[in-house]
Amino acid sequence: MPKRLWLRVALVVVVLGLSAWSLYPPRERINLGLDLQGGIHLVLGVEADKAVAAQVERAGEELRAALERKGIGVSRVARDGVSGLVVQLATPQAWNDALTVAAEFGRFERREEDRAAGRFRLVLAESEVRRLRDLAVRQGVETIRNRVDQFGVAEPTITRQGEDRILVQLPGVQDPERAKRLIGKTAHLEFRLLDERTPVDEALAGRLPETSEVLWGRRVDPRTRQEQRIPYVVERRVILTGAELNSAEVQADPNSPGNWQVALEFNPTGARIFAEVTEQNVGRHLAIILDGTVYSAPRINERIPGGRAVITGQFTIDEARDLAIVLRAGALPAPVTILEERTVGPSLGKDSIRQGLIAIAASAAAVFVFMVFYYRLSGLIADLGLVLNLVMLLGAMAAFGATLTLPGLAGIALTVGMAVDTNILIFERIREELRLGKTPRAAVEAGFTRAFRTIVDTHVTVLVTAAILYNFGTGPVKGFAVSLFVGLAASLFTAVFFTRLLFDAIYLSRRRVPAISI
Amino acid sequence: MIELFRTPSFDFIGKRRWAYLASAVFILVGLVSLAAKGGLRYDIDFAGGTLLQVRFERPPDPARIRAALGRVGLGDSVIQEFGDVREFIVRMALGAGDPTTVSQRVQEALRAEPALGGFEVRRVEFVGPQVGRDLQLQALYAVLAGLVGMLLYIAIRFDLKGGVAAIVAVFHDVLVSVGALSLTDREFSLPVLAALLTIIGYSVNDTIVAYDRLRENRGRLGQQKGLSFAQQINVAINQTLSRTVLTALTTFFSTAVLLLFGGRVLEDFAFTLFVGVITGTYSTIYIAGALVVDWTNYVEARLRRPRKAVAKA
Repeated sequence: MPKRLWLRVALVVVVLGLSAWSLYPPRERINLGLDLQGGIHLVLGVEADKAVAAQVERAGEELRAALERKGIGVSRVARDGVSGLVVQLATPQAWNDALTVAAEFGRFERREEDRAAGRFRLVLAESEVRRLRDLAVRQGVETIRNRVDQFGVAEPTITRQGEDRILVQLPGVQDPERAKRLIGKTAHLEFRLLDERTPVDEALAGRLPETSEVLWGRRVDPRTRQEQRIPYVVERRVILTGAELNSAEVQADPNSPGNWQVALEFNPTGARIFAEVTEQNVGRHLAIILDGTVYSAPRINERIPGGRAVITGQFTIDEARDLAIVLRAGALPAPVTILEERTVGPSLGKDSIRQGLIAIAASAAAVFVFMVFYYRLSGLIADLGLVLNLVMLLGAMAAFGATLTLPGLAGIALTVGMAVDTNILIFERIREELRLGKTPRAAVEAGFTRAFRTIVDTHVTVLVTAAILYNFGTGPVKGFAVSLFVGLAASLFTAVFFTRLLFDAIYLSRRRVPAISI
Repeated sequence: MIELFRTPSFDFIGKRRWAYLASAVFILVGLVSLAAKGGLRYDIDFAGGTLLQVRFERPPDPARIRAALGRVGLGDSVIQEFGDVREFIVRMALGAGDPTTVSQRVQEALRAEPALGGFEVRRVEFVGPQVGRDLQLQALYAVLAGLVGMLLYIAIRFDLKGGVAAIVAVFHDVLVSVGALSLTDREFSLPVLAALLTIIGYSVNDTIVAYDRLRENRGRLGQQKGLSFAQQINVAINQTLSRTVLTALTTFFSTAVLLLFGGRVLEDFAFTLFVGVITGTYSTIYIAGALVVDWTNYVEARLRRPRKAVAKA
């Protein structure tokens, strides 16, 4: 064999070796999509406006406090829309002083003012709104990642998608409902004092001071399993939030056998505040509020120095464990809603893999037999190319860490049909040249050269569609685009280079080229 | 040597009026079906909603499933057998309540109906209104981008006329496939969209092979002497006919296998490809070249007319 031929054989061996090496062992090397291995795919929408609104409300509280420190009477500070704040002074006399204090809240711009009425309106700067929204999404991603890590999922994907969406993919999760609750819970924990001066009935009728609001608690009667909703009048002032937590652990609930509770431990700052507040408010009730629901409102019997508290709520062990996880991982800065969910059970995934493999095998078998039947030895050469194509396709997918999905399997089955197209183009061309009376050597040469340009054109068109599909598609469809793309790229190599090599080795390396079996 | 066609010389271009008529009929039937059924049925990918795939331990009575769902206020869900007598799909529109709890409500309702026996929820899909709308738009963009991409490529590699003709042929394939989807009451889903885009690539692929041949023949002037443009195209189509049909056959095998063995999840996808391969091959042989011929004839006639007028004067 001439030297150049050996070089080409070496290249094919290297490609085949690399593909096989990156593929071995296939069960570990091939990334299966969620639709094949089972799991949960979620797209969450972050209600970032709520994070902005919460920040504006906190700033409002600070502003009220700052004004009162200067001795300026304030009758109302209220949020207006997402990022506005309306301030109503008790008397217009303190106008200039009030504006000076407000000016120190630099992130706000003063928009409307009515000096005679002693009222002005502040609006959070647009750049600050954008920053807060962005922060809410980024923190959301971090928080969810923390929760998922503590929940224990192998190889989760948690990434930001677009401006205010978060993509969460959890392969192999057995209980999707639980995972969804764990991820989607805002987990905004607050400690607030009950307003015991306002009777509940009055408050429900809407007669309550501006500094208080009505929140509901939930209680399940242990005997009747009936759920009751209990109203509480709660001060708006927040004493502590989940941000001051050091740890959250699950414990058996000593007062309610079979139920579990979550024991909290505050960090030093939190512990200090907690001690002070409990000292100053002995005899009052402290409400523990999670995501706007009052879980309990125990009476403060004495100063609590160690910074410890418990959340009780007739939890099962799983509920308590998940609550502890979300409290440790921290609250989401803004609530999230599920925009898209796709959950596939593991048994369905296994069925899909089996069906996909059968389809590929059947497709390959049909094409193999057809090619040998129609083109004889040349057909066998094309079939060998097809095998190399499949090995390269899977090898490349393993090497690039591409994900194989069910449509991806379909894409492979389809590639089998399309990949021989290139060989058919070449073989038909060789036959034509032979019919024109060319020698076998000239016919093979002409067949490969003439078909080459067409082959490039046909590959480009399908590659373009695959690229569009990849850009457009979500998970499974992307998988289809990937296998189509890689499969066609591999077919360019196998059909043009590999089969040409076999032709050269079998026919053209001899001095007298025999008749071609085509 | 086994040969499908030995130096074929069918008069495809001459019969193009018949081909136009056949295509028009096919497309019209599809459009009528679309109109009669109030447009394409969108899968939850595009329409939004919740879907549960449930496998029961023994074949259930669908009426009982409906009754069970009716008790939790989900009585107007769509309930379909899915590829197996034990496997069912329950589909709810977006209005059916909080999507985070709707799948739980379905499971509780099924559990509360003892006659149904044990079951396993194998798949849950929920697509919210924003996502569905986004996907609808993106789908449209993807198909348009596919068509424009092909048009540009052919216009650059060959000429604009060929590009437009190829795109019209491809558009014809998409219309026929969509019509077939509507006729067989299938739904338009993401995988179906992927299949349509694949058809776009596949069909153009075929057409390009014929164009390539035409250009190559024209390069070798001697052979083409005395042949009209229509005849030249006819020759190119005939020369590439074996390849077109053979490739169609192998791809056809693959899609048929997918349709038979790919499972219910892939069925609509495989069906779309199956139809697309057939119509793609047909449009390459009968439509794309014919359109170029008619266009060229039309342009030449327009150019000749004023000249005749001048000659008369």
